[in-house]
Amino acid sequence: MATVFQSPGTATALSSNSFDSTKLLVPSRRSLSERKASFFCVRSEMKPTPIARRADNLVVNAVATKADSSASSTASKPGHELLLFEALREGLEEEMDRDPTVCVMGEDVGHYGGSYKVTRGLAEKYGDLRVLDTPIAENSFTGMGIGAAMTGLRPIVEGMNMGFLLLAFNQISNNCGMLHYTSGGQFKIPIVIRGPGGVGRQLGAEHSQRLESYFQSIPGIQMVACSTPYNAKGLMKAAIRSENPVILFEHVLLYNLKERIPDEEYICNLEEAEMVRPGEHITILTYSRMRYHVMQAAKTLVNKGYDPEVIDIRSLKPFDLYTIGNSVKKTHRVLIVEECMRTGGIGASLTSAINENFHDYLDAPIVCLSSQDVPTPYAGTLEEWTVVQPAQIVTAVEQFCQ
Amino acid sequence: MALSHIATSSSRSNLLRPLTSALSCTSHSLRRPISSSAATDDSTTLTIETSVPFTTHKCDEPSRTVETTPKELLSFFHDMATMRRMEIAADSLYKAKLIRGFCHLYDGQEAVAVGMEAAITKKDAIITAYRDHCIFLGRGGTLLEVFAELMGRQAGCSRGKGGSMHFYKKDSGFYGGHGIVGAQVPLGCGLAFAQKYSKDEAVTFALYGDGAANQGQLFEALNIAALWDLPAILVCENNHCKDRKRGLDSI
Repeated sequence: MATVFQSPGTATALSSNSFDSTKLLVPSRRSLSERKASFFCVRSEMKPTPIARRADNLVVNAVATKADSSASSTASKPGHELLLFEALREGLEEEMDRDPTVCVMGEDVGHYGGSYKVTRGLAEKYGDLRVLDTPIAENSFTGMGIGAAMTGLRPIVEGMNMGFLLLAFNQISNNCGMLHYTSGGQFKIPIVIRGPGGVGRQLGAEHSQRLESYFQSIPGIQMVACSTPYNAKGLMKAAIRSENPVILFEHVLLYNLKERIPDEEYICNLEEAEMVRPGEHITILTYSRMRYHVMQAAKTLVNKGYDPEVIDIRSLKPFDLYTIGNSVKKTHRVLIVEECMRTGGIGASLTSAINENFHDYLDAPIVCLSSQDVPTPYAGTLEEWTVVQPAQIVTAVEQFCQ
Repeated sequence: MALSHIATSSSRSNLLRPLTSALSCTSHSLRRPISSSAATDDSTTLTIETSVPFTTHKCDEPSRTVETTPKELLSFFHDMATMRRMEIAADSLYKAKLIRGFCHLYDGQEAVAVGMEAAITKKDAIITAYRDHCIFLGRGGTLLEVFAELMGRQAGCSRGKGGSMHFYKKDSGFYGGHGIVGAQVPLGCGLAFAQKYSKDEAVTFALYGDGAANQGQLFEALNIAALWDLPAILVCENNHCKDRKRGLDSI
């Protein structure tokens, strides 16, 4: 089971759209034991790809607190600092180097470098056939990506905004999700569909959609949401190596997060949740941008004497009920904080999953804080009110833990 | 038996007539009649010219003459006859409620499947919509796999999980078998892209019908195929089904 610990100090300064976590990690070996935070990375248990893996180069424990003899030599490496979109690009580039069947297609990914700079420089390095600029035709280029995946290529389809993938819903649902089943297992679809979604800064209703709630019912696909540069790179690499179709949800406002990540190659398990902050009183489940709202609220809560356990669920389909279950058994209270709509969102599914599986361990009904069931307004103040804010999280926890 | 009604249908009675007389009434475009002794002679080459000229747009017209042998022609006929009987049998099974859901038949269009197969290799890919039984057969599928799949048995080509509209044969490049009208065309262009990417020197045939000709995704895929210069050949099989279904016009 993979666990990643981060100190509460990381949840600062979200309003300025940048996130300085240099305070978090100190590279010298001496301070590792003093550090409150530690990182573990567990290799995902996936089927090996036909292309030869550089398995020996993949480090199991990239950075560790205790001086493990295997990890101690790597623990002294300082790692390098980068922004989330650069982490995604690094993951992408490493996989494209490793496997010649990996290609990227999307609008403006080629010569423009990607609308969020995730694919900057890749077209010059790999050429037009591996980094493809598509016209504005989501339905057909997603379909083309799926057709290419049927033959064994590993395309990465980028939606400029996840909301545009609604136009490709038929391809994603029927062909991407179901082909493996309806062909009796003959075809694998090792495609990655990724793009930014979520509520941004006054982007308007149509460009602020949360598509994870619409896609979650599609049988046959996996969904993951990244939230830090570390897990962005890890999840990107794992998604590309996976034989299943994976939808990787990024968030428009998280692209400029800065973090120090290890130099060594690592991947994150696609089906595992991340323990952000262990605690005793209440389990707070969250993902993507809401993680930072929760951590901001956690700071306030800690000052008030509460001890919340914060888990970034990361895997939206399937849920990591193992990590979540262990947490529920410990704290007996669950609060879900999400950016999805109240109706039919990830929180709704998670609530019912936890109720079904861990009902006896709950002391109180699960509370789910989600966005309002309205189209996201353009006006900034109104937009703020549709999304869950840290103050609301604090109030909810206080009410919960009375 | 359910097949008995075939004999009463006049348009289908050719199947039950002797081989040579059936040939003589359908093959009016041949210059020489094929006698039963020449049928086994592989050395005679026949040159056949298509009766209808090609209409082209910004490309060269393909040759109208093709060379073949009597043996090859007879094998085409055998395949087409098998396909026809298979479809009629499927029709009867459907009416007997042994095949449920949808069963789209390809009788009358067998020549497209057989003619296409004759010109290509198994490395070339074919993708089509839901009228896929005969193309599956042409690509090397067996009748057992067809009927088992239609009736939802494990011996079917998709292990009974797909049904009539989801026939696939990966090892001979048949990519289905798709239920949503027009959705297979972008997939087909994706197959062509993969062939270009892997430098396969093969092409993809993406078949669609007159109904799918209305779909935007078809033109989107055509546009991308033209932009990226993909080895995709889109084949429209106009059986006027759309007109029967909805009575609308399309280009």
